Amino acid sequence: MLPVTEIRKEILDMGYRSKASHLGSALSLVEILYTLYFKVANYSKDNYQEPTRDKIVLSKGHGSAALYAVLHKKGIISDEAINHYSVNGGILPCHIDMTAAPGFEASAGALGHGIGIAVGLAMAKKMDDLPGHVYTIIGDGEAQEGSVWEAAELASTRHLDNFTVIVDFNEIQASGFSNKIIDQRNLSERFKSFGFTVYDVDGHNIEELEKVLKIPSDKPKAIVAHTIKGKGVKFMEGTVHSHYVRLNDELYAQALAELEDK
Amino acid sequence: MRMVFAQTLTELARTDKDICLVTPDMGYSILDCFEKEFPDRFFNVGIAEQNAVSVAAGLALSGKKPYVYSIIPFVTMRCFEQIRVDVAYMNTNVKLVGVGAGFEYGAAGYTHQGVEDFSVMRCLPNMIVCGAGDNREMEEIVKQSTQIKTPMYMRIGRHNKGIFNHTDNIIVGKASVLEEGEDIALIGVSNMMPDVMDYAKKLKAQGRKPYIISMHTVKPIDKDLILSLVDKGVEINTFEEHTIIGGLGSAVAEVIAESGKAVKFKRYGVPDKFSHYVGNQYYIKEKFGLNFDK
Ligand SMILES: Cc1ncc(C[n+]2csc(CCOP(=O)(O)OP(=O)(O)O)c2C)c(N)n1
Repeated sequence: MLPVTEIRKEILDMGYRSKASHLGSALSLVEILYTLYFKVANYSKDNYQEPTRDKIVLSKGHGSAALYAVLHKKGIISDEAINHYSVNGGILPCHIDMTAAPGFEASAGALGHGIGIAVGLAMAKKMDDLPGHVYTIIGDGEAQEGSVWEAAELASTRHLDNFTVIVDFNEIQASGFSNKIIDQRNLSERFKSFGFTVYDVDGHNIEELEKVLKIPSDKPKAIVAHTIKGKGVKFMEGTVHSHYVRLNDELYAQALAELEDK
Repeated sequence: MRMVFAQTLTELARTDKDICLVTPDMGYSILDCFEKEFPDRFFNVGIAEQNAVSVAAGLALSGKKPYVYSIIPFVTMRCFEQIRVDVAYMNTNVKLVGVGAGFEYGAAGYTHQGVEDFSVMRCLPNMIVCGAGDNREMEEIVKQSTQIKTPMYMRIGRHNKGIFNHTDNIIVGKASVLEEGEDIALIGVSNMMPDVMDYAKKLKAQGRKPYIISMHTVKPIDKDLILSLVDKGVEINTFEEHTIIGGLGSAVAEVIAESGKAVKFKRYGVPDKFSHYVGNQYYIKEKFGLNFDK
């Protein structure tokens, strides 16, 4: 099984045990988080408490299951925590509580906060002359929050070349198709006009993601990652329903059977 | 209760052309009935709560009756200053509707829980603050809200314990006395009404005679009723799935404290402490001693 398939399987297992929702939001993120944590960022079990390392803030906190699974694979989150995801007496909630387990930069769940926190982390690195880059991942629906653009305008004004925002652009949000609710087809141009270096990539292509994440830039960087909500499980792919679906025995079996490994 | 809200508002919108529904991307499947029937009066304004409230104020200034619907923290606290200035200060006819009372979004974690809404809404002049204890109260509050021209916040909870308020005088601003009593008054709101009923049963078994009161309007609080209890020397307990700071318990305590008289008094609610517990609503309530069914 490919590493990203293992991560997806773990997301489904966690969803099945807990009957929690937001599976589509987590599945959409897998390659982005995997590439960051395993191919790009200076972040490991040995250095995650060092201030010099890279920092990663998952601003779309409802995708937490993907982050938990990736940090588990990194050896930072324990088996016990994963097995106690979103159940009574559990350890990991559906949205991130930074006190629940090691490895989180911030608590999250209310949209449009993490990107601002990430800008603050990047500014602090500059103040202390510390190496390391700060990455944050937002949803396309989340990009409708005004606070996202408040953070963006500050990042470019302050020349934060140590800051990258990745948009998980799956074109679906909580109650429908994003571009019908708020037209964001010009999202890349918007970031450009806000003073960012912008790349559009296939958000499920690890090589492409790795390549653009590693290109140096003297400005803050925005990566518009085109993704599929529910990616990897056919009956969830591209559906609004994948935001809400809860896995009973039958759906869990179907999800495993459909789980794509490529 | 969410469905009752959506269906009642849809019904009212058939005869009241000014009613409109604004949502920052919430209410999937719940608000469908309204959206299908009145697509021109349904606005999903994107995930942008602050703007949703300002836009609603603009609609209200033009004679419309906007209802803004989202999860409690996002429709009260994310956009608090917009509510303070564009709604309360300007006294615009905006109705705020919050779902997920107390720990209803249990395992989702603190970001989604609604435990400070009464406090923050109650401190704003002009703001009426309601929390229905069952579906009948919900329906009445929504119906009366269309006749009220000032700002209002409605907290929507959830329980499957049926209807408690069978009285025929559910009126915004007045408490509903569900059962007369003698020596103790149990005053509850929103999600806690089933617990109040459970606790009353226990007290009755011990030979006590509790008043059972649903305080579905937290502001303006029904002072007359509280003062009449104080006059009779009745012990008062309040029940809310909400911080004990600033909500129902505080509102009742303020009336008692200024009455010049003393009665035994206790607030049941969430202490001044964040919940880092992971679990469902019942599980978290248990941690704070807020289940009375055992
Ligand atoms: C401030 C705030 N408003 C509303 C919500 C409720 N909510 C959770 S996820 C979501 C949709 C997010 O869409 P998007 O950012 O596109 O992420 P996706 O799930 O599609 O990956 C909404 C509205 C929230 N968590 N925070």
